[in-house]
Amino acid sequence: MAKAGLNRIDMPKQAVAKRIQNFSEVATGYTPSDAHIEAARCLQCKKRYCVEGCPVNIDIPEFILALREGDMPEAARILKKTNSLPGVCGRVCPQETQCEQACILNKKEVPIAIGRLERFVADWEREHSAEVNLPKSLKPKSGKKAAVVGAGPAGLTASAELARLGHDVTLFESLHTAGGVLMYGIPEFRLPKDIVQGEVEYVKSLGVKIELNAVAGRLFSLDDLFKQGFQAVFLATGAGLPLFLNVQGENLNGVYSANEFLTRINLMKAHSFPEYDTPVKKGKKVAVIGGGNVAMDAARCALRLGAEEVSIIYRRSEVELPARKEEVENAREEGIKFHFLTSPVRFLANEQGKVRAMDCQKMELGEPDASGRRRPIPVDGSEFEMDIDLAIIALGTRPNPLVMQSAPDLQVNPNGTVAAGISGQTSHKAVWAGGDIVTGSDTVISAMGAAKRSALVMDEYLRSL
Amino acid sequence: MYTIVERQDLLPKVHLLKIQAPKVAAAAAAGQFVILRIDAEGERFPLTIADWDVKAGTVTVIYMEIGASTRKLAKLGAGDAILDFAGPLGKPTEIENFGTVVCVSGGFAMATIVPIARAMKEAGNRVISVVGARSKDLFFWHDRLEKYSDEMIVCTDDGSAGIKGVVTEPLRDLLASSTKVDRVIVIGPSVMMKFCSKTTQPFGVKTIVSLNPIMIDGTGMCGCCRVSLDGQTRFACVDGPEFDGHKVDWDGLLVRQKSYVAEEAVAAERCRCKEEGCGSHG
Repeated sequence: MAKAGLNRIDMPKQAVAKRIQNFSEVATGYTPSDAHIEAARCLQCKKRYCVEGCPVNIDIPEFILALREGDMPEAARILKKTNSLPGVCGRVCPQETQCEQACILNKKEVPIAIGRLERFVADWEREHSAEVNLPKSLKPKSGKKAAVVGAGPAGLTASAELARLGHDVTLFESLHTAGGVLMYGIPEFRLPKDIVQGEVEYVKSLGVKIELNAVAGRLFSLDDLFKQGFQAVFLATGAGLPLFLNVQGENLNGVYSANEFLTRINLMKAHSFPEYDTPVKKGKKVAVIGGGNVAMDAARCALRLGAEEVSIIYRRSEVELPARKEEVENAREEGIKFHFLTSPVRFLANEQGKVRAMDCQKMELGEPDASGRRRPIPVDGSEFEMDIDLAIIALGTRPNPLVMQSAPDLQVNPNGTVAAGISGQTSHKAVWAGGDIVTGSDTVISAMGAAKRSALVMDEYLRSL
Repeated sequence: MYTIVERQDLLPKVHLLKIQAPKVAAAAAAGQFVILRIDAEGERFPLTIADWDVKAGTVTVIYMEIGASTRKLAKLGAGDAILDFAGPLGKPTEIENFGTVVCVSGGFAMATIVPIARAMKEAGNRVISVVGARSKDLFFWHDRLEKYSDEMIVCTDDGSAGIKGVVTEPLRDLLASSTKVDRVIVIGPSVMMKFCSKTTQPFGVKTIVSLNPIMIDGTGMCGCCRVSLDGQTRFACVDGPEFDGHKVDWDGLLVRQKSYVAEEAVAAERCRCKEEGCGSHG
């Protein structure tokens, strides 16, 4: 549990009353003086636990030192050397379980705010990219061709690494914009879309070609890629297939998957309908089912669309909430209500076939299940009805089977994930996979870490050809 | 950007576009669709692939002006371009030599059923086409369909051509006749597909329908297009769009298609104001 405040510099945020009226970023970022005071706390340890805690092993003490000495281009260069998406990671990584948890200061006081400093440096670089042209340290061309499928965090990272290592990389993306969950999933108020696109542009500047509207498994199969001359493939199509509750009334109007609700808003800008052509339902009483970051994002979006009451319905207790503490806190501050130990049993319709209420039952916690969390058990006779006019289902996602259907020789696990070894090697000798397609829904940074490991092995393979 | 190489006005509100998209053309098969986005403010919407030309690298779509996006599309012609064109999407039609296949279509689906009739004919089937429209002025591509059909049955609501009445009547007559029908394929408005399925059910003839729910991504990541089949939820964009018409929850589908009626009216009104320059909408 973090020891509040002490000497760590707080993140400035938009006031609650103001921020719930807009989709702008909630955390406004460190000022230069905030950043310098925070950077000064770093002990510059010889044994760098923080670096070990980072899935892509950023040289953390080095970039903090450069920042402290006022050499911002150097700080940015150190970040970009190992991480192509620092503006994204500084914002959405769960640092509390990674670099910051490993920080030596965590033992006595509070850890260095590494994520906030990373974000500060990335934002500085973005604003100064015109005058500061960072060297890209590209290796000489290898003459080898690699295909990366899916332009989310894993695909972008693998593409950037492979391009840096000298390979000719094409990145195939099924949607009309690159970024994956960074574009369609995480809302603008946590991750501004121009920052994501800035980082996509950086990946392109390394020589990566991006083909949009290219749906793997339909426009091309895995075999087609090899026929087109690609010598190695990295699959990073994520876990985008939404899970539903499979209860009565789930297909009523006004019942969304979180993926649909968030895609309408984030990717299609439906909150600006009719200036943008995609509509989205604005509920007055909204229930979001689930307790992860996606549930928090959906709830806070619904609130910003003008809902009077937004409730998170979660079948376990507060302790088991999988969302980041910071996001739960933000949601609470904004007035989101939490119903723990509660689970929907059916949705009820009005005469137009639109959802008007949800029957729920109370749960109690039993023995720990396979996930190590205590299993929720329904309490007999505890059913109650909750009036709602919009429901958003955020129970998690599974890998989309489209790509795998087009590659019958690819080994797939019973839960739909692709079977892959530690460096992402699949059952196909020239195909690697990484990110959510292998792990099921996980964090942005773990996907990036996996992509990086695969890129290094793919490099060896490509050079051996 | 995807360039429109040809536009034809088939009916006053029904247009054909040939779009330059060589990769999509090379991968397309009967029964599949594409998702379009016209411009940066645009929505993503699906259109069935009506034809394709691998050599020329073009894909043909046919659409009817019914709302804001299709009206926006109707302002474009040869030489213009649309921003996004993703496909081919959905599973291709199951093509085999079934024996005798009846292809039923209505509205502008009389064009989108042509590639299916063609593929069925090429697979060795005897193809009987049943085409319906309100009146004879609303027919097009009749000659193309005829080319792949061993028999053509035409119906009009007003009797201006062929049989007076709707397609379910000749369909029932066919099934009740001595002709052995091995498969029925129906494409058209949902209500038509629903009643054709109800017509064929008592005869136990497998009936395939091509559903048209609301879609966004078209790649299976949102479930907007979900439909209930014998109580199981399926995503039309990846599991379909073709399904067994006897298993579809038609009433559920019809209700979900009306989800955004109010918003569609707002968008259409805004579109009209912009065209007429009422000045109150930027």
